[in-house]
This record gives sequence, structure tokens and C-alpha cells, in this order.
Amino acid sequence: MTIDSVRGAPGASELAEPELIRLLTPEGERVEHPDYPLELSTAEVRGLYRDLVIVRRIDREAVALTRQGELGLWASLLGQEAAQIGSGRALTEHDMVFPTYREHGVAWCRDVPPLNLLGLFRGVNHGGWDPAEHGFHLYTVVIGSQTLHATGYAMGVQRDGVLGTPSAGATIAYFGDGATSQGDVNEAFVFASVFNAPIVFFCQNNQWAISEPLEKQTRIPLYKRAQGYGFPGLRVDGNDVFACLAVTRKALENARTGQGPTLIEAFTYRMGAHTTTDDPTRYRLKAEEEAWKLKDPIERVKAYLVRNDLADTAFLDDVEAEAKQVAKELREGCLALPDPAPLSMFEHVYAEEHPLMTEEQEQFAAYLASFEEEVTS
Amino acid sequence: MTAATLTLGKALNTGLRKAMENDPKVLVMGEDVGKLGGVFRITDGLQKDFGEERVIDTPLAESGIVGTAIGLALRGYRPVCEIQFDGFVFPAADQIITQLAKMGMRSLGKLSLPVVVRIPCGGGIGAVEHHSESPEAYFTHTAGLRVVACSNPADAFTMIQQAIASPDPVIFFEPKRRYWDKAEVDVDAAPAGWAPLHGAKTVRPGEHVTVLAYGPSVKTCLEAASAAAEEGRSLEVIDLRSLNPLDIDAVTASVNRTGRCVVVHEAPVYSGFGAELAARITEKCFYRLESPVLRVGGASTPYPPSRLEDHYLPDLDRILDAVDRTFAW
Repeated sequence: MTIDSVRGAPGASELAEPELIRLLTPEGERVEHPDYPLELSTAEVRGLYRDLVIVRRIDREAVALTRQGELGLWASLLGQEAAQIGSGRALTEHDMVFPTYREHGVAWCRDVPPLNLLGLFRGVNHGGWDPAEHGFHLYTVVIGSQTLHATGYAMGVQRDGVLGTPSAGATIAYFGDGATSQGDVNEAFVFASVFNAPIVFFCQNNQWAISEPLEKQTRIPLYKRAQGYGFPGLRVDGNDVFACLAVTRKALENARTGQGPTLIEAFTYRMGAHTTTDDPTRYRLKAEEEAWKLKDPIERVKAYLVRNDLADTAFLDDVEAEAKQVAKELREGCLALPDPAPLSMFEHVYAEEHPLMTEEQEQFAAYLASFEEEVTS
Repeated sequence: MTAATLTLGKALNTGLRKAMENDPKVLVMGEDVGKLGGVFRITDGLQKDFGEERVIDTPLAESGIVGTAIGLALRGYRPVCEIQFDGFVFPAADQIITQLAKMGMRSLGKLSLPVVVRIPCGGGIGAVEHHSESPEAYFTHTAGLRVVACSNPADAFTMIQQAIASPDPVIFFEPKRRYWDKAEVDVDAAPAGWAPLHGAKTVRPGEHVTVLAYGPSVKTCLEAASAAAEEGRSLEVIDLRSLNPLDIDAVTASVNRTGRCVVVHEAPVYSGFGAELAARITEKCFYRLESPVLRVGGASTPYPPSRLEDHYLPDLDRILDAVDRTFAW
């Protein structure tokens, strides 16, 4: 390889026409991949379909709640359901997830109640669920920070001496295409590689970092970066729930057995806006969205189920009804979420009592009480 | 005078445009500053008119933005970096604190780094974590940086151009909840007539208490002063505009007249910029002070979930409460 051959490396064309690991085509046809055999029972396929439909419905409800002013913001996962459900259902009990703020589908797989996800977006808390209980860390808003936390957590698992035993857990870090430019993410790759940490880096390449297309972040396909750090990188059809499941399952198993890190690039698309405050019409073409609609992650599973007589109308209707019920409960729960008490601001800032917190809390309580005196006097 | 009614955001946009027209070395760089025009549209239309070479959509990496801006400045450019939100400046903190602030001195003055780092700051917009912070004290504490904060459209228009013209690095705070405030801006006034970048402005004269503010808090203090006037109390409101350097003469002249001072900022009170003000005023006005300098600010906690931000942020009642307390001594 010469300098010139590297310079001539395909940029945009390879970014746009990738070779993907795929087990289910956009038309719903099952295909085999020699490295990723996958056997799923009918119940398992139905389960994946149910997950996909429900998380899309949760997402839709959250967008609606935002439009109605009940949430301050929402980061939609629309289009990324298969990447999240496929990888999420590959996880087992001892695994640990470090998400961004868009991993609502993975949260669903880790039994985090959907209502808990809304607290941050409604502004009643900054997260607040118990990461240990769910094997699902808090949402991280700053781009890429969590990849280092995940790497350190994985180094802890490694030091526990459990790798290769039934109680081994892999760590999986989620992030997006934009995050791959951050120093933290590149440092996480270096640490994970050097320490051979039991981690899976799961990059949902949804093609857009707010308004910036992939080519503003990279000249080579993202999965190829792994090679430079010294661990395997793969690219999977991120809209294919089967392939995401199979590839993630294998990468997690490699981590649990001490074989080190893997980078998975799930090639998908952010069908909606970056968040509810964003306006994609300013920077991307409708035609691109239309093209990706044809690769919808849910429609292909539905087609597969129907074509192979694995599901009838009654099943599909039941799933719809269940999704509707989940959304209804989410909405009711959201509206009933109480505003936090003003004095709660001072809680949990420190693990133990802290004189400044005590002082300011008392001052603020007295200040608030002075208004009540005015009202009553 | 060519007066135009502009929002604070549009005033910044117009100021950036003028700076780019006047000096081909001025560049704009940051995340989403191109086609999108920035998440707050401060750079709207600039890439269309000045091209991708001068208005640069960068990779998503704040340390990269500031670090490469330093390199561009070394090559003779005047980069204006946009940090998308206050809470995202910290990945760039290393480049700002260890490099940007110190390179001039390291070179014994041979190098000049005319880099502007624009940071939308402050709360009050119902945002999620890391989108409502007031990190000014980290930067006022770092020698080698100039730190300014605009509070209104007219100042935004001139101050951004003065910051770009400065041979030193400038941290430029923009009060994001005031982006949509409108006022008349004289967009054709000669720069010679502009108020100096580092001078404070008395935005409401008064007799009884000096109220010091900057950025988003200025408007809140003006509202408090109007309310106080109805009760017969005359507040003098000073918009500091520049935090480093500080126009201490304007401050002491006022406090020596009023004998009372309240400092207001959104940042936590503890080790906040108000502490520097209180200490300096105490040193310089000790015998004229009728009461200690009081500080009104955010709680000394992380910025709370947005449903609590009205309790966290200094409001009219808390400012007036502090004003009352200055009379209790």
C-alpha cells in the first residue's frame, strides 16, 4: 500500500453503498450469512416484532406529548428500532449497557419502565432509575462520554476474574456516528484495545449528527476504524433485527469469554428530527427519507411473519392493541408525574451531609416560608 | 443612523456578517453552523454567502474545534468558534485553559491568538441537563482569556465584532433565553463611537442600591428595579458586560454613592463570579458600605431538572429580597 493508494481510498461511495451483514432483506426474505447462523423459534420472532412495534409506539407517544407541551424535548428513535431491539435482545442478565439519550428501545429490553425515561425529558429529574437493577446505566447527554465509562466498567468486570464463567457479563456502549469524532470515544477505543476489555462498541450510524451528514465525520466506513485500534469491526444492516441480534450476540459472547472488544456499526437511518426542536427540512432531502422508508425495520419482520404463516391477523392486532395500551399508560403516567419539591434540589448532590447544602436548603426553606406568612397575614 | 429592530440572535448574526465582510481572515466554525445556521440560527445564511471554506461545519468534537482554531489563528486567521451549548464547552476546556489562554505568554508575546469562543449560556428555556449552565467563573479564573457577556441586541452587535477584532482570545457568552429579545440596533454606526468592549454600562441610574449583573440577569434586574421604584426604592443597575477585565471603576463609583450592593448571576453563588465582585468592592468601598455586598444566584447545586429552574434562577422576588436585606444592617 502506498500513500497515494490510501489517499485514493473510496470516500463517499463506500459510505453510501456499504456491504452489510444481513439476515433479513428489506422485502422480508430470510437470507443466511456463513458467520452468523441464527435459529429463532416462531415465538422469538413474534417477540421481536412485538418489541419493535411497542417501542415505536412509545416513541410516537413521547413525540406527541412533547408537541402538547408535556415534555420539554424528545429524542426520537424512529427508524432505529431494529438496531436497538436486535442488540438489546442479545443481552443477558449480567451484561451492562451504557446508553446515549436515544436508547429507548434498549431500555425496553432491560425492563426500564418507559415512564422512567420521560422524567428527564419532562424536567422532573435527570434520569433517576437504578442502573444496577436494570443493567442499564443512566442516559448520557454529552456526546460520547459514556464510552469511556463503559470501558472502565468492562475493565472492572475483567478484574473481577469472572470472564469465561457463567457469571461473566459483557459491557455494551451505545453511541452515534457523530460521537465517533469525539476524543472520548477514540480514547475509549484505545483503552479497550490496550486492556483487551470485555466490551462491545455499538455505533448506530443513523447518517446524521443533527444537520451534519456522515461525510463530515469520516472518510472511511466507521467499522473500519476498529482495525486501526486493533480489534475487529463489523457493519450490520441496522434495520435488520435478526442480523443485529446475531452479530451483537456473538460480539457479547466474545467479550464474556475474554476475547476483547468489538466495534459494531449498525447502518441505519434517523427517520425523524434529531430532537423535537430540530427541523431536518433545512438540511436534508425528502427523497432520502423516502428511500429509507422502503427499508423500514418493522415492515420487513411483518412481511416475514405473514409470508411464512408465522402470524395471523389476530396476532398482529393483539400487538397493536398492546402497544396502544402501553402508550395510554405512558401518557397517563406522564401527566400524573408530580413536579419535584423545590427543596429537593439540594438532595443527592453529595453522598453524605454537606454543610453548604444544609445551609442553602435551610435558607431557601425560610425564604419560601416567608411567602406563606405574607399570604396568611 | 440606520436603525434596525433586531433580535439579540439576529444582532449577533449581523455582527458576524459584518466582521466577515470586513476581514477575509475571519472564519466561523462549529457543529451545525453551516446549512442549519446553528441550533439557535446565529450563523444563519453565513455559509451560503461566505462558502464552506469560511463557515465550517466541523466534526462533532469540541476539543477539536478549539484546538484547530488555535492552529488556524497561528496561521493568521481569526476563528470564531461556536460551542453549541454551555455544558458542551468542557471537552474543549483543556485546549482553552492549557493552550489558548497561555500560548501568548509562552511565546513571550510573539504569538497572538485572536480566537473567539461563543457560548450560549444560562437557563430558563426548559432544557435538559447540560443545556442551561453558567460556566463563566471557570474562564474568568483562567488568566490569558478575556471574558465578556452581552445582554441586549445593540451590545451583541458591537461586542461580537470587538471580540473578533481583539488580539487576545475572548470567551463570548450569549444569554440564550434572550436570543429572541428585540431592540433597535444602529448597524451603521462607526466603530469609533461604540462603547469599549471592556467597559460596564449603567443601564438604569438610581440612588439607594447598586445592582450588578451581566448576560441574562440584566433584564431580570431591570424588572426588579422597576418593581422597587413603585415602593420608593431607587436601584442603580449596572451591566458589567465584561468580566475579565472588569470595569471596577464604574462599579466603585456607583457603590461609593449608594453604599449598598447586590450582585446577581445565574451561576451558583459559591465560588461564583459574585465572590470576586464582593471582595473587590469590600476592599475599595469599605468605609462607604452600609451593608455587606449580597449575592443572588443559582443554588450551589448542579443545575436542577427544568421543572425546578424557576426556583433555582434568581428572579425578581429574590433580588428584591436581597435589596431589602441590605437595609437590615
